[in-house]
Amino acid sequence: MAISPPSATSPLLAFILALADDELMLGHRDAEWTGHAPILEEDIAFSNIAQDELGHSLVWYSLHEQMTGKSPDVMAFERPWADFTCCRLVTYPRGDFAYTVVRQYFFDVAEKVRLESLRSSSSSELKDVAGKILREESYHLLHLRGLLERLGDATEESHRRMQAAVDAAFPQALGIFEPVPEEEHLVRTGVFPGNAILEQEWLNEVLPVLLGSTLSVPASKQNGRISIHVSPDVGGRRKSHTPHLKQLVDDLQQVYRIAPGAGW
Amino acid sequence: MVRTVNKGIDKEAIWKELGKIRDPEIPILTLTEMRIIRDVQLDEKGVCVTMSPTFAGCPALDHMRDEIRTRLRDMGCEEVEVRLSFSPPWSTDMLDESTKLKLETVGITPPPPLKQRLEDSLAEPVACPYCHSTTTRVESLFGATLCKQLYFCEACKQPFERFKPV
Repeated sequence: MAISPPSATSPLLAFILALADDELMLGHRDAEWTGHAPILEEDIAFSNIAQDELGHSLVWYSLHEQMTGKSPDVMAFERPWADFTCCRLVTYPRGDFAYTVVRQYFFDVAEKVRLESLRSSSSSELKDVAGKILREESYHLLHLRGLLERLGDATEESHRRMQAAVDAAFPQALGIFEPVPEEEHLVRTGVFPGNAILEQEWLNEVLPVLLGSTLSVPASKQNGRISIHVSPDVGGRRKSHTPHLKQLVDDLQQVYRIAPGAGW
Repeated sequence: MVRTVNKGIDKEAIWKELGKIRDPEIPILTLTEMRIIRDVQLDEKGVCVTMSPTFAGCPALDHMRDEIRTRLRDMGCEEVEVRLSFSPPWSTDMLDESTKLKLETVGITPPPPLKQRLEDSLAEPVACPYCHSTTTRVESLFGATLCKQLYFCEACKQPFERFKPV
């Protein structure tokens, strides 16, 4: 299975790096609940989910390493914050538990539709990795969807918090589908079907679940297509980030920076 | 001239040595029983061991890689390479019956055969590893490690773990 080294600005590398950066940041945000979750079971659940996400980032960074020679440690710990290509969604602070639930649910569905599309990718490396990650992700989705459905219409307070979380996270989640540079090349060569298609699949899955939990969302279906009535919070793929990412990267890199390259 | 290494070492001896490495999180099982060590290639240029992680986020990967390298070097192998493979992805379906029985002896209920949908895999009754009653309930599908889930047995009133079907 030969891997021909793509150029430094190759769209395939950008695609893989975006996935890796998303998982790394979300994993860290999830881990911020360890010791602080509202109930013990969610503390355990989010610690597991965080560990899974960090593991998935390692899988993508390792694939990136095969193509570039740059180790996952270098990519995670030595890049300045302004160089990351994660979507903005995963950089925002953890918020209240409702925001965390909605953000994680949105991200998990997006990941599922993306990975499922990679199962028929022309890139065999992406295909193999996708299958492994999908199986682990199925537990996240089961858990998060269950939480969303229960909290969406449980009490007045839970509904209020969940609606506020959806209002905040929905436009942010649309940023997951911001195209990486030269995405058309990946679509033409059969790597994946393109973010516009994935976004429609995502919308088709999350909308009924949200509506069924009495949560409203600025989107509507007309003639078989879902239209969005809010501006997406994009920029991450083009390295246009909010200051939240600086805080997050300072946090996750601080120990490494004390002794770069040290063995632990 | 290409250096020739590993003369006098055969693959069987390597597999035997690798078969001694215990899983750090479930030490009653070895890496070969867990089907984590997938393949060994041996030629005059070196040894290449292929590992397939149980979970992508397994924190013991570096530890296992180091132990493989150390043991093979100690037995005289040179040019040892350990690589990861996700193809085919590791699955609980790879564990054989004797491995599953060993899990029970340390209070871990073995994983059920995987079904197409996760919900269907999880729908089957779960037997307590201590008293074997199926009057059990899920406490959490997430456990103390990525590979384990938490259950409680209503019959003998003991908590127990189950290997997460994946």
